[in-house]
Amino acid sequence: MVQNDRFGTFLAHLILILGVGIVVFPVYVAVIASTHAPGTFLQGVMPLLPGSHAIENYSEVIFQGRSTAGAPPIGLMLWNSFVMAMMIAVGKIAISLLSAFAIVYFRFRFRIFFFWIIFITLMLPVEVRIVPTFEVVANLNLLNTYAGLTIPLIASATATFLFRQFFMTVPEEMLEAARVDGAGPMKFFRDILLPLSVTNIAAMFVIMFIYGWNQYLWPLLITSDEGYYTVVMGIQRMVTGADSEPLWHLVMATVVLAALPPILVILFMQRLFVKGLTETEK
Amino acid sequence: MARIVMDDLHKVYPGGVKAVTGISLDIADGEMIVLVGPSGCGKSTLLRMVAGLETITGGTLSIGDRVVNTLEPADRDIAMVFQNYALYPHMTVYNNLAYGLRNQGVAKPEIERRVQEAAAMLQIGDYLQRKPRALSGGQRQRVAMGRALVREPSAFLFDEPLSNLDAKLRVQMRVEIRQLQKRLGTTSLYVTHDQLEALTLADRLVVLNAGRIEQVGTPMELYQRPETLFVAGFIGSPAMNMIEMGYLRDRGAAPSTLPAGTDLVGMRPDDMLLSAPAEPHLSLSGRVMLLEPAGAESHIYVSLDGNDQPITVRIPGLPTMQEGAAITLHVPLGALHPFNTASGRRVSG
Repeated sequence: MVQNDRFGTFLAHLILILGVGIVVFPVYVAVIASTHAPGTFLQGVMPLLPGSHAIENYSEVIFQGRSTAGAPPIGLMLWNSFVMAMMIAVGKIAISLLSAFAIVYFRFRFRIFFFWIIFITLMLPVEVRIVPTFEVVANLNLLNTYAGLTIPLIASATATFLFRQFFMTVPEEMLEAARVDGAGPMKFFRDILLPLSVTNIAAMFVIMFIYGWNQYLWPLLITSDEGYYTVVMGIQRMVTGADSEPLWHLVMATVVLAALPPILVILFMQRLFVKGLTETEK
Repeated sequence: MARIVMDDLHKVYPGGVKAVTGISLDIADGEMIVLVGPSGCGKSTLLRMVAGLETITGGTLSIGDRVVNTLEPADRDIAMVFQNYALYPHMTVYNNLAYGLRNQGVAKPEIERRVQEAAAMLQIGDYLQRKPRALSGGQRQRVAMGRALVREPSAFLFDEPLSNLDAKLRVQMRVEIRQLQKRLGTTSLYVTHDQLEALTLADRLVVLNAGRIEQVGTPMELYQRPETLFVAGFIGSPAMNMIEMGYLRDRGAAPSTLPAGTDLVGMRPDDMLLSAPAEPHLSLSGRVMLLEPAGAESHIYVSLDGNDQPITVRIPGLPTMQEGAAITLHVPLGALHPFNTASGRRVSG
């Protein structure tokens, strides 16, 4: 389908540029907005050129916070988000690797049944089961803890499914060769399956890290202690928490800072990420 | 080094499919046994039962005087070469070879010694630090062999190890496997569906059909005196010609020397001669359908007078006749294979 056709190339580029423009423009506005003085937005005209208050705004967000506006200094919120995203990503990967391993390589009663049970939970995202889950977490005294923030989100049908599909493409002879070589199940898992899954794990890590980072409703519900606020819910509090107009310049500075870690994760793991989604090393 | 004894082995899959039904075989120490048969005959299943990759549902299997029915593959003191090599893609060749030894807890210097020795034997010493994907098919095959060698097992199990190689390499590797096996004197079980591989490699050949042994013997025994119609049709290429006794009788060509009960007569394509030999023979006439020169030999496809049955004849060199010409074939009576279709067996007289 690759054609050396000037018009086609032009059209393709036009569509791509339009698409990029639509995606990038709001981000651009956010960055611009974070560099202006507090009063600029009340005039009703959105500036499209950088203002002169960048350093001032960012240092205020990073070092002081605005307790009146419901915003603690951003450092702690970023840290909380990071811990939450890490625990969710690592936990999800660990659990789904093991459950996929069990489902693919062990013959136990109701194996297919359990697989479907896991699969069906895909249809029950946090929002659907939020009330009972909150009840459970509250009864376990896990409100305002990292465990409460992460454990209810760790089970992952998506990752289990992905790893299952990957494991099923690993030739059966590989397992047999390992058995002849004297590797028991866990040794096979550690020495053969894990190294083969590295790219898939990386891809999952990126996706799950961002999933964890972007959690909004759940942390909003179960944290009431500022020490456990995450940055995504923090932004929301900044917008609604103040009794005055929202401090858009600070909100936008926080937004930009909150978007940085996921971007960094993608940048660093991009090579593995793309590999994990497109090719298998066999 | 070990003797392998199979005593009435059975394999019934959970669904009720019977893959192996009552196989008994005594393999001497150092012997090279080739299991051959059409696909689905149970040869791979049998090999995998010996390896411990399939459970044994009946009978006993012993390797080196030890009953191993329920032992894990690693505890059976065997090594296996897989059809698709099954190399670990993320490990270097060295680690591929060393992995099993490390799991056994073999000391490091000993691992180093055995890997180097196997690598030298298989000429893969230059690739030890490479990953399998950087190797050609033939080199991967050698690594797979090396992985079996380093274990110094009492038996090698080969599961169609050459079927993924191109024809030229296959011949070369076949020779190397045979040389290696003879040199090491390790008992070997080799599965293939390629009869040329089977005939050339085997000390003894086992022809399997539908989960049973059809015949066991040296390759030449099986070729010269097939005991069943199945073996007669399976061993030898081009396949043996089968002519009904009734046809011979009608043509007045039925030899009186054949034992009673014979209703089908087998004749190898190379026993069908174009000129009459001195010894007693029978003669058949027909018409040349097709000439097929194949280098050093030629195949002549003949349709017999009276029933148009196609017959294959193999002659050395090039044929001198034309397609469509009449032809008379002479078969020495000693080269006839008498069979009975009802029993499917050779009639001995």
